Amino acid sequence: MNWFFRFMNSSVGKKIIMATTGLLLCSFLIIHLFGNLFLYGGPELFNTYVERLASIKPLIRVIEVILALIFLFHIINSLWLTLSNRKANPVKYEVNRAQDNSSFFSRYMGITGSIVFIFLAVHLSTFWYRFQIDHDGGQFYRIVTGDAVGFNNPYITGLYILAMILLGFHLRHGFQSAFQTFGLRYNKYGKLIEAIAVLFWFAIPLGFVLIPIYFGLLKGGF
Amino acid sequence: MQVFLKVWRQADAKSEGQFVTYTVENVTEDMSFFEMLDMLNNQLVLKGKEPIAFDHDCREGICGTCGLFINGRAHGPLRGITTCQLHMRSFDDGANIVVEPWRAEAFPVIKDLIVDRTAFDRIISAGGYISVNTGGVPDANTIPVPKPKADEAFDAATCIGCGACVATCKNSSAMLFVAAKVSHLALLPQGQVERKQRALNLVAAMDMEGFGACTNTGACEIECPKEISIVHIARLNREFLKASLL
Ligand code: HEM
Ligand code: SF4
Ligand code: FES
Repeated sequence: MNWFFRFMNSSVGKKIIMATTGLLLCSFLIIHLFGNLFLYGGPELFNTYVERLASIKPLIRVIEVILALIFLFHIINSLWLTLSNRKANPVKYEVNRAQDNSSFFSRYMGITGSIVFIFLAVHLSTFWYRFQIDHDGGQFYRIVTGDAVGFNNPYITGLYILAMILLGFHLRHGFQSAFQTFGLRYNKYGKLIEAIAVLFWFAIPLGFVLIPIYFGLLKGGF
Repeated sequence: MQVFLKVWRQADAKSEGQFVTYTVENVTEDMSFFEMLDMLNNQLVLKGKEPIAFDHDCREGICGTCGLFINGRAHGPLRGITTCQLHMRSFDDGANIVVEPWRAEAFPVIKDLIVDRTAFDRIISAGGYISVNTGGVPDANTIPVPKPKADEAFDAATCIGCGACVATCKNSSAMLFVAAKVSHLALLPQGQVERKQRALNLVAAMDMEGFGACTNTGACEIECPKEISIVHIARLNREFLKASLL
């Protein structure tokens, strides 16, 4: 097991953890967005969908624990990465034209990730908590669109829109970066990876952001 | 022409440094950046002042000794050149020019604009070579190398160890430098024997020197005077993964 710890402790090993957990989180995004689309079907369809999920509770719980662990690894590792990289570069330049040699998205991963994290904390303590614990008599659709924690609350709508745009920024760099980390970016699949990257940094965050826009701004009418 | 310099001055590794401003007159467009500094240094010496210390040797872009951070860019504003290949025609008359040493924990400033880059030497001595028992010179064409591989290996081998990749990286990561070495030798038949150990040892040596971890910003390949591509970093990651896990 010695080799394993040496690998995990190396700078490249930590990057591999970042990339693996990042891509696993990306795959979770697809499943989550798919579920959200039921909202457009109206209250009855959405409530039935959530009830169905509730009927396979044990499985859902296992998936939730795995997901939480992936998030935990991603976040703790990102803290390690960000702090140790700051230690490696303690003195800043008087003038640094970083915009001439690297993308905005690649330089602010810690900040975009942190705002997504704040969103996650709010998201879990409102939607997730009410769905699981409070239950509100099965009125899930009303939780999502209502004015307590739902999209009738302008602060919630604003936070969701902002967070999803920043998630797009995070993945604009993160998705292709993960493939570079695995050493898989520059080969005959390069073009394919670039095409799939658009799905993850643009299409999927757009899918998420349309929900607060539609239910909050267009239908909510505040 | 006339330029206004703001230069980092620091007496030695232990002292606190600060920026000092200089006005340099009678600069011509044909002067190299270093010739302009030479002229300023002459004037400083005549006034009995300490000249500005900066590293240089070949002054033709091949030795890798020079390296200044000029107006926010490693080796100045142009691409694909070292500091010694930069000329004053790249600046406007009356330009303000900020000159700083490479900044990285692993490259401490020794004096003014000179930094200690022996961390790179220690990385190379951890395995950035092939072991050859000396004997008769082998015949030139006994080991066949496919042309595309030879070209790619050569691209990596053009690294001059200047440290611009580290200097420009927001994480002070030495990945491009290490990748150039690992990739160069992994592509050639002569490098195969020590291939695994090389990838492991060089990454371990890099981490021990206090360089940061790569976050794939790609700044290094833009500032590298030899335009070494981050394709080589992808290969290093692959080499390291294979050597660690298989
Ligand atoms: C749904 C949420 C998230 C997804 C889908 C996601 C995805 C990704 C991906 C794919 C990467 C690229 C890995 C690589 O560079 O090899 C990444 C990197 C990173 N993530 Fe996340 N992430 C999420 C949330 C977060 C959170 C909450 C934080 C911080 C609190 C965070 C901080 C970072 C950092 C610092 C990096 C490394 C940046 C770099 O290497 O340039 N991420 N993420
Ligand atoms: S990789 Fe390029 S920038 Fe880095 S040390 Fe080598 S020549 Fe200089
Ligand atoms: S002095 Fe040799 S490369 Fe600049």
